[in-house]
Amino acid sequence: MIELILFFKIIAAIIAIESKNLLSAIVSLGAVGFALAIIMVFLNAPDVAIVQVLVEVVLLVILVRATLHRDLTDLKGKREFFVKVFGIVAVGAFFLGIAWGLISLPVFGSFPETAVSVAVPSEWYLAHGLRQTGISNIVTAVLLDYRAYDTLGEVTVLFSAILGAVVILRKKR
Amino acid sequence: MNNMPLAYGLAMILFAVGLYGVVCKKNAVKIIISLLIMENAVNLFILLIGYRKDGIAPVMVKGQEASEFASMAVDPLAQAIVITSIVIGLSIVALMIAIAIRLYDRYKTFDTSKMKDLKG
Repeated sequence: MIELILFFKIIAAIIAIESKNLLSAIVSLGAVGFALAIIMVFLNAPDVAIVQVLVEVVLLVILVRATLHRDLTDLKGKREFFVKVFGIVAVGAFFLGIAWGLISLPVFGSFPETAVSVAVPSEWYLAHGLRQTGISNIVTAVLLDYRAYDTLGEVTVLFSAILGAVVILRKKR
Repeated sequence: MNNMPLAYGLAMILFAVGLYGVVCKKNAVKIIISLLIMENAVNLFILLIGYRKDGIAPVMVKGQEASEFASMAVDPLAQAIVITSIVIGLSIVALMIAIAIRLYDRYKTFDTSKMKDLKG
């Protein structure tokens, strides 16, 4: 099931990149993001799926706002031949390296063995999360209790990025 | 090669599609879209790593034993990190789109090869 939706995602991504019209490219990107939300539901991650749907809607609104009254046609000139060849070679080299790394990973769906040193805190959170924090949703317990400084940093990044966007888009007097 | 799971490979193909778009496209909005596809693929890969076959969501229900729950639930840490990553990705996109709008106001096009003011 997950693999089927992943095929759909890859097709939507190719359409989003190769489409001639910017607006249809953005709509295809929305298909990619909502398909990711469906996959998250299949992966037993309901909290992440809710966040993904919310963020995807806001993101499509931002992207459509950015392109709606500007040129919607594709650019006529092609990239130089060398750039295209270099791009394909870079993607191929990346994929070879990734395939070499993925062989050594454990089988899909075997969570405690996936990464021995990384999985230790996860199992600790699962075993002691309710007793230590009193929160039955362990994801929220990790986000707001065990790793609250991480969330503070996230909010700092969010604040400074929005501040930067406001400064860049300010009206000139 | 038979050890390599199909889902990991498909996520990496999605990443490669985004990488191709970042390297080979001229339109600034297309480059931003490709970056978003790459981010999608990486988030998905982290979630796939933390998946447990026939697992349950990491939310305890009433009357559940803690030890039994710990042996069945999927990885909560990966999900928490992915939530952080998604929200940061949104703010980064807002910043990138603001820069793209500014460039459009100045050059009247999204074509990155026409923005030559800093070209040496």
